[in-house]
Amino acid sequence: MSAIHELTQKNRPGVGLTVAHTAALVGLVLGTGAVMQWVVGPAAGIYPATILRQIGIVAIAAVSLNIVNGYTGQFSIGHAGFVAIGAYAGGAVSFYANSLGWVGAYDPAGLLTPGHAVMLAGAAIGAGAAGAAGYMVGLPSLRLRGDYLAIVTLGFGEIVRVLFQQTQSQVFDPQAARALPISGWWPPPLGGAQGFSSVIPYGELFWIYAALALTVVWCYRLKFSSSGRAFLSIREDEIAARAMGVNLTRYKVRAFVLAAALAGLGGAFYAHLNLAVQPKDAGFQKSFELIIIVVLGGLGSISGVLLAAFGLGGLTEWLRQPTSVWPAALVALALVGVVQAVRRDIDSRARGRAMGRALLVIGVLTGLFEGLRAFAAWQGFKLDDIRIVLYALALISVMLLRPQGLLGTSELWLVPGQLMRRKAKAAAAPSLRTAGPADPAAAPATGVGGMGGGVTEAGGDEGWP
Amino acid sequence: MGTLFDATFFDTMIASVAVGSLYALIALGYTMVYGILKFINFAHSDVFVLGAWTAFTTTTALIAWTGLSAAGAPWWLGPIVLGVAMVVCGVTAFCIERFAYRPLRKAPRLNVLITAIGVSLLLQNFNQLPPAPGLARTATVSFPFGPTPKTMPELLPDVILNESIIATGTLGGGERRGQVLLDRAVTVLPGRTYRLDVTRQTEAGPVVARFNLNNPPVGEVQAGTPLVTQPLRPPAEMQGLAYVLVQVPAVTIRLVDVAIVGTAAVLMVGLLWLVFRTRLGAAMRAVSFSIENAALMGVNVNFVISFTFVLGACLAAAAGFLYPIKYPSLQQPASDVWVLLGLKAFVAAVVGGIGNIRGAVLGGFLIAFIEFFGETYLSATIGSGLQDIYVFTTLILVLLLRPAGLLGTPVREKV
Repeated sequence: MSAIHELTQKNRPGVGLTVAHTAALVGLVLGTGAVMQWVVGPAAGIYPATILRQIGIVAIAAVSLNIVNGYTGQFSIGHAGFVAIGAYAGGAVSFYANSLGWVGAYDPAGLLTPGHAVMLAGAAIGAGAAGAAGYMVGLPSLRLRGDYLAIVTLGFGEIVRVLFQQTQSQVFDPQAARALPISGWWPPPLGGAQGFSSVIPYGELFWIYAALALTVVWCYRLKFSSSGRAFLSIREDEIAARAMGVNLTRYKVRAFVLAAALAGLGGAFYAHLNLAVQPKDAGFQKSFELIIIVVLGGLGSISGVLLAAFGLGGLTEWLRQPTSVWPAALVALALVGVVQAVRRDIDSRARGRAMGRALLVIGVLTGLFEGLRAFAAWQGFKLDDIRIVLYALALISVMLLRPQGLLGTSELWLVPGQLMRRKAKAAAAPSLRTAGPADPAAAPATGVGGMGGGVTEAGGDEGWP
Repeated sequence: MGTLFDATFFDTMIASVAVGSLYALIALGYTMVYGILKFINFAHSDVFVLGAWTAFTTTTALIAWTGLSAAGAPWWLGPIVLGVAMVVCGVTAFCIERFAYRPLRKAPRLNVLITAIGVSLLLQNFNQLPPAPGLARTATVSFPFGPTPKTMPELLPDVILNESIIATGTLGGGERRGQVLLDRAVTVLPGRTYRLDVTRQTEAGPVVARFNLNNPPVGEVQAGTPLVTQPLRPPAEMQGLAYVLVQVPAVTIRLVDVAIVGTAAVLMVGLLWLVFRTRLGAAMRAVSFSIENAALMGVNVNFVISFTFVLGACLAAAAGFLYPIKYPSLQQPASDVWVLLGLKAFVAAVVGGIGNIRGAVLGGFLIAFIEFFGETYLSATIGSGLQDIYVFTTLILVLLLRPAGLLGTPVREKV
């Protein structure tokens, strides 16, 4: 009733517009999946398509983590726990549905078989289970902030890992699964320490990228909704947000539940792509990889996180098979040159400086990658082995040099508008600095979010007794 | 399980006191840094791992260079290894503070937290890279430490301190060769273990072979009769060798545990003395009270902060040196086992009240007690292998009920 009431209120878009809007979003989600499945996938080849599927799943998890860590300014480092819950739930639903004979055999050609329907139902169940877990983790976040919350979420991920280790062994034999009494399903037969394996490969490009598009659309609309504004205000200043009437309890828990549910969705697809889930998938190593992506991309920026996910995915592949980076550097330089040439908001001197900076950055990066490649070839080790070391160095360097990440809290498609506004401001107040907009110093080099206080109630500010 | 205070209880008690003192040593480093800079040094547990692996590398290198036998290391090896581990960890902690944390001292706390996670990842994964070619050639030193688990050489002999010798003599020859002929009457008690230490003279010196006597018949055994009917093997070589019959008590106190608790206690008392009885300690407390005011009073803040990091790292190095003495199998540096150990020590610091030195010690023992007693007494009802769940549940409960920790003082945030 209330939905109809809202739709018929004044100042609301008409029903026709809402339907058109929804249809456009559904079309966007399905269209992304379709383009990936039938255009990009065949063009890329089998191995790159698998990499794309992996990156897509990582991107779902990272974009969802961004709701808690980026929008709301809480710092969760147990996100892999939610991913693992979704993975186990999704994988188990489609595995046992298959062995109980509810769906037919896997058909590699089909995209919407009964098995896929069960897989989607399993993904929904995984998202629901992860969301419920997110509710439980969200509750302590009401009293804890900063480092303390980080530790609790870390502990949550570990608890999830240990709990999955305690499950029964997997029932591989369909006969045995059918003969299992109701009581035999508890504790759930999820494989224990061996992990859950032989999941049916329903993780096609179409479904993964439809899920990614759904996550991105959802997160984007969330960011600019009333909830999203509440999240952002909590990030900037909890006390001020509370003073303005934001219910901290409700919105913090909501952020955790939404993030966890989307992570569970990604996890369900992870199970169908990887075909096996291990308890250690809930561990902090996986959580840290997601955090690296979110921090590098910019806490609070969806497009930044997407860029970081795809960039790091590509970097991983490059580290596996390092090729010369000169062609890519030249292409990047040409792109920057074109962008700088068509810009109208700066004069030729500023343009020259911007080009010089771009040349410097690209040159340093090229030198770095080529140096790494040469060093690895000389010392005879594989760059792939030092992947996490490089990521850790990147994380520290970003914190020291550009703490707001690649895009800060902005979005890729908002950057030109921001440049324009800055130009207008500069024109209105000529005394202000008119440095090139690409100047990192021009963007306020504040922190990742306005997280001041950290811990309120805990801590020994009074010195040691 | 009989009465509450049975052998199981005391065994669990000893294990938790030993491991608890290690947790306390690590937790002290967390809590001191938090007390001064108000942020969690995530890389602290990796300094502990670095200490453990440095201890391993130094021990193997010293044994190889001095040509000692790996079985019986002399007593002076331990302090040298501890010193090297402390120096390596101290220098590492100094560099971490100087180059990663100091530039961010004015930055929002989340930036520092992320940097700390980055440093932690860097240390973990750098340390388990395959050894650099230049250093790998020496074959005894490998740095970085490589991705394979190793076994720590025995620095302390495995001695049970409260065992008692109840009979001595020589092993029988002739018909009764290899059999334990008692020189006096002995009463075999139920529930005890009996061990025979046979000393054999070799070119390298006396070698003691240990034989556990499996279930000797309970009751009095007369002198001159064999203790067990089965002869020891190989009987021919055992003829006429001197033996000692040892009665092992139900609750064993091992030298390893005593050494761990003793070393940890000395270090903790030293730390308390340093913090509460010296000028430098007064400076540390002043900085933890207020960095700005301490600076105005003429305290060299940068030096004090660096010193605190180095001090915490030395304690972590000591824990890293002691841990493989008790548990000799060293996991690879980025293994989950290490991270969990560090996390539990951190939980100990939080439970005790982070920023509070005595709280860290209390929390360390408390967490170890919960872990070991939970595993011993609840595994039959709930399930085994749930130590981590007990620890993290304790953390969450303490944070919800008493967020400042057991000994911490609540702080209200001023608007």
